[in-house]
Order: sequence, then C-alpha cells, then structure tokens
Amino acid sequence: MKQNRVMMFLAASSMLVGTAGIAAAQDVTLTIESWRNDDLAIWQEQLIPAFEAQNPGIKVVFSPSAPTEYNAALNAKLDAGSAGDLITCRPFDASLELFNKGQLANLTELPGMENFSNVAKAAWQTDDGSATFCVPMASVIHGFIYNKDAFDELGLQVPQTEDEFFALLDKIKEDGNYIPMAMGTKDLWEAATMGYQNIGPNYWKGEEGRLALIKGEQKLTDPQWVDPFRTLARWKDYLGDGFEAQTYPDSQNLFTLGRAAIYPAGSWEISVFNTQAEFEMGAFPPPVKNAGDTCYISDHTDIGIGLNAKSPNAEAAKKFLTWVASDEFAKIYANALPGFFSLSSKPVEMEDPLAREFVSWREKCQPTIRSTYQILSRGTPNLENETWTASANVINGTETPEAAAERLQEGLASWYKPQQGN
Amino acid sequence: MLAHKRPIRWHIAVFLAPALLVYTIVMILPLFGTLQLSLFRGTSGGQVFVGLENFRTLLGDPRWSSSFWNALWNNVWFFIIHMLVQNPIGILLAALLSNPRLRLRGFYRTAIFVPTILSFVIVGFVWKLLLSPIWGVAPGLLDLVGLKSLFAPWLGKEEYALTTLGLISVWQFVGIPMMLIYAALLSIPDEILEAAECDGITGMAQFWKIKLPLILPSIGIISVLTFVGNFNAFDLIYSSQGALAGPNFSTDILGTFLYRTFFGFQLQIGDPNMGATIASMMFFIILAGVCLYLFAIQTRLRRYQF
Repeated sequence: MKQNRVMMFLAASSMLVGTAGIAAAQDVTLTIESWRNDDLAIWQEQLIPAFEAQNPGIKVVFSPSAPTEYNAALNAKLDAGSAGDLITCRPFDASLELFNKGQLANLTELPGMENFSNVAKAAWQTDDGSATFCVPMASVIHGFIYNKDAFDELGLQVPQTEDEFFALLDKIKEDGNYIPMAMGTKDLWEAATMGYQNIGPNYWKGEEGRLALIKGEQKLTDPQWVDPFRTLARWKDYLGDGFEAQTYPDSQNLFTLGRAAIYPAGSWEISVFNTQAEFEMGAFPPPVKNAGDTCYISDHTDIGIGLNAKSPNAEAAKKFLTWVASDEFAKIYANALPGFFSLSSKPVEMEDPLAREFVSWREKCQPTIRSTYQILSRGTPNLENETWTASANVINGTETPEAAAERLQEGLASWYKPQQGN
Repeated sequence: MLAHKRPIRWHIAVFLAPALLVYTIVMILPLFGTLQLSLFRGTSGGQVFVGLENFRTLLGDPRWSSSFWNALWNNVWFFIIHMLVQNPIGILLAALLSNPRLRLRGFYRTAIFVPTILSFVIVGFVWKLLLSPIWGVAPGLLDLVGLKSLFAPWLGKEEYALTTLGLISVWQFVGIPMMLIYAALLSIPDEILEAAECDGITGMAQFWKIKLPLILPSIGIISVLTFVGNFNAFDLIYSSQGALAGPNFSTDILGTFLYRTFFGFQLQIGDPNMGATIASMMFFIILAGVCLYLFAIQTRLRRYQF
C-alpha cells in the first residue's frame, strides 16, 4: 500500500516535471487530497473514468491519506506548497481557516454552485455567507438502523414516539435474545454523535435551536438542551453488558453479527453493514416526543471539495469542480457510496433501499446539522469535544444530565461572547 | 629547558563532533525551541512575546489548571503503580532468575522480556481485546474459576481505568528492571557470598543483608528511568483510550494533555503555544525529579569496589 503510494507519487511528480518541460498541449494532471481512503476504488473505477471520458486532456489522481492524519498532513503540505490541486474539505472551521490563510480559492462564482441550497453551502462559507470555498459533496443523516428479522421475530413495530421507543426497548430486553441497543461509551464520540446529536434535534427544534444557541438566545442549560441528556441517561439500561468498555467497532460487530436489535447510527454505516450483515435491515428516524410532532433530523454536511489557491492547473481544476456540482457526479457518488447523500437541490435517484429510507426523511422532517460544529467549537474548551465526554458520562451514570449541561454551558460561556452576560 | 607546548588535541573535537552535532540538532535545539515557543502567543498579527503569561494561564485559569492538576496527579499515580508493582516484581524475578538451581532460566528471561520489545500499539490493542466485555477472554477465564462477579469493564470505568493501564504498562516493562537487577546480581563476586556463608548468612538473610545493599545503585537508576519514562508516557494511553483519555479524563496524563493541546483534536484546533507550555512544565518536572535523585539520593548511596 505504502509502496503503491510512493509509486503513485513518483509517477505524478514525474508527470508534472514532464508537463513543465514540454509544450502546453500536454495532459494536465489533477491530484485530489482526501481522507476517504475507503473510497479509493470508487474514485478510480467510477468517478475519475467518467470525468476523464468527457474531458480529454485532463487526468485525475485520487491520493488519500489516513483520516486521523489528514488535517495535520494537509496543513503541512499546503504550507510547504506541495499539496494537490483539489482539496477535500472538512466542514466548518478547519476549512474556513485554510480559506482565511489564502490556501483555498474562492469558488462563489463557480458554475454549478447554484445547484446547492444555502444550508448545504453553510459548512464551507465565511460566517457572513459572502464567500463559498468548497463544493458540497455529501451529507450524512442520523437515525436508528434495526434488525428487521429480530423485529419480525418479536413482533415489533417501528416506534414513532419516544414512549413507544422505550416500550420497544423494554420488550426486547424482556425477551432476552437480543441486546436492545448496540452502543458503547468507550470511544466517547459514539455517545455524542450517535446519541446526543442523533436524538437532540427533536428537542431543540433543529435549526431554530441551533441558531438561537449561536446568537446567545438559548443556553445549554435550557430544558430543550438538557432533555436529550435526560433521555440518553435512560439508554443505559438497554445497552450491552460492559458497554463502558465497548468500542465503536465492537458496536458495529455486535449489530452485524445479529446480537443486537437496534443500532443508533449515522448513514455512513450503510455500505459497511450491507456487506457484513446477513439479515434484512430497516431504519427509523429519532422518535418524537408526542405523536404528530414535527420531526427533526441531523442531516450533517460532512464532505466538500475545494481548489488549492496555489494550483498551477486552476482552469482544469475548476472544470472538475463544476462536474462535481453536476447531477451526473451526484448520481454516481450517491449510488457508489450509499449513506453519503448528495447535497444537490435536485433529488438523486438511489438504488439502495436502506439509503432511500434514510433520505426519505428529508421530505417529512426538518433537517439540521450537528449543533456544535458551526462557530461554537472555535474556542477552548471546545464544545464538541466536551460534548463527547459529557454524553459518555451521562450514559455511564457518572454525571447527571443537569450537571453535564451546566458544565458545557459554563465552558462555552467562558470564551463565547454571545453566551456571556445574560 | 624548553617547555613543550602540548599540541592541541584536535581528534577529541573531531570524534565528538558528529554525536554532538546530531544531539544538538535533534534534542537541544528543539528543547530550546519549545521553551521559547511557550513564552509567545499566536495572534492575528503573528507571534507576540508574552513572558510567563502562558504559564499563568496554565496554572491560574480554573479550566486549564484543573486539567493540568488532573493530568499531573494521574501521572503521579501512574508512577506510584510502577514503583510499587513493577520494580519489586522486577527485583523478585531477578532474584529468582539468579538462583543457579532454577531450570529453564534462559526461557523465563526471554519470555518475560519479550513484551518490552512489542509496540505500544500492539500492547494497547491486545489488552483492549483481552479485557473486552464482549469478545475478551478475561470474563471467560474469571468465570472458569467462579469469580465472574469480579469482572468489570475496567477500561471503561473511571475508578479503574488508570490503574488497569498502569498494570498493563507494568506487564509490558517489568523486563527492564528485571534485566538490570539480574545483571547487577550476577556481578556480585562469589567471594563475598562465600564469605557471607562462612559467617552464617544464607538464604533470605543473605539477600537482604548482602545482595540488596549491593544492588541499591541499580535500583536507583531504575527508579530514575521509571520516573522519566512515566512522565513522558503517552503511547499506551493514546492507543487504548484515545486522545480524550476517557472515561471523563480519568486516564489523562501529561503526555495526552500535551498532545491534545499542541496538535488539536477533532474540532479543537491545535494551540502550539499552550502545548509548548505544557511540554516545558513536563521538562521542568522531570528535571526537578532527576535533580532530586542526583543530589539528594545518589550522593548518599554507598558504592562498593570489588
């Protein structure tokens, strides 16, 4: 693998030297920086050939690095001037910082940008929304994936309300054949991302609460922000034995091996689960408080792609980005990677039933993004990271929901002006 | 008489140069770079000199200081576990191994030393699996001897996690004190032991009265090595508990605290200046500990010439 990458790097750099030496009629090679090394095959076999077929003269190389190293490696490469032409963008501040440093180009005027709504672009815009610097590629949706066979066996129905949800968990627990819910608190982020951010939007009313928090009109100690913690605290009884030491891969395996009935999920699990689980799966959105309430889902903008401001091949790269903004890209991408949903305003036809189920919630529920991602995690202590620990503590029962919320609010107010002095 | 001027001995400088150069570039310069970085603060207009302001934040700001003291205390506990468990066991193993009547000595020596050469990542991962409540062998083994009720998800419990990690680290590194003490025990001349036997000091008494005083300097060195190693520790915690050192920072030691601050984590963007401040504190703590040992303890140790 490593050797391959070195070879690819050598090949790419020799090509660059080649193009510099010979006349301009030569092929242009674009290199994409990304953390999605899982997607290498999809890029090489489906996306890049489709683009190259329409754009003779432009070659594209997808060159991913490990997810945990990506940010650091990318920053170093950008500073050294050795980064690729196209940069896969993390949402919000990580990319905003690159734009502010002049390392990402302004793409506001890029043809194709009109295909995206403002919510979709918000993750890659300046705070005032005046400049957009990445093309939105995909979002992930939170919800619960369940084992359909287990549900049929126990005669269970998909829950609509929270009461039904807990009644259902009780039934599974009573039966005893399945662990009601596969989730652990060891890795912390599971508790926050699949727990708090999954069920939370129903309480704080999605965008309404998220924006009010940013404006300073609501506090994390308000009931709509504490209640999700109270609900999470009740989950404790339905998790597997020793969930405190259960890691994220443990949870995935528990579910795909058929030992657990429900998996609090992000849609990115779909492609993994499809290959590993041997039973039929279904999905339901986070249950609402009372029947008939508006439902809110976390439809989190997760991945975009931007242009290295110092790229020598900016014209070709822009052509590629416009293609990324097109329907054709959206269709190939969404079908190759079920669970990563296109952010294009135009609906994309998808084949995977589970992915279709997830995306269908967009029609009946109000979408929002994770509450801690925009602006609120800019300071120290970092709200997102604090939320990880707090959610895990609440589920472990080592901190009360109220105390956790109080601590988060105190931390946020210690550096975030709009939350101070009211 | 013509006083012979001693020629300048260039070869000393020439022979020292490569090591000195390499050491300066990879150790001394970065150390001073870190110390310097801790006196500055990054603003929109570049790095600004702030004196000791970063240290004041670290020790004065309630959030920073509570994280810092938490990490420091955890580190001290980590060190205590090593001193109370690793080193006595190491000495015991060495004493057993140096017993000439023990068979298969070579095998035991190697087997006990092997974990030391394993990577932290492997050790962290293997122990995480062994202790896993779902797939691990620990619950099953305890069940076999009827002690299933003693099992807890140790790595996920605030009250046990750090101690568990400390013991894992002991398991990994017990080979080092064992080897050093073993070597020290072997170097005790037979004449002394024979003389002791003539005086009627044998068995356990011989160990306490003759051997232990002779290996005290080695124990001192091991303590210092343990101290430096523990206060620089990072890998095991990071590979088994992650950078947030869960649950609820109960396994956070100075190394992970430094890593999180310096490089950032997830949405937290790194703060090199505060990171360097923590690194400097680590340096001062280790320096103080080593100085204490060198001046207060080592000078009082009696050395025996054979």
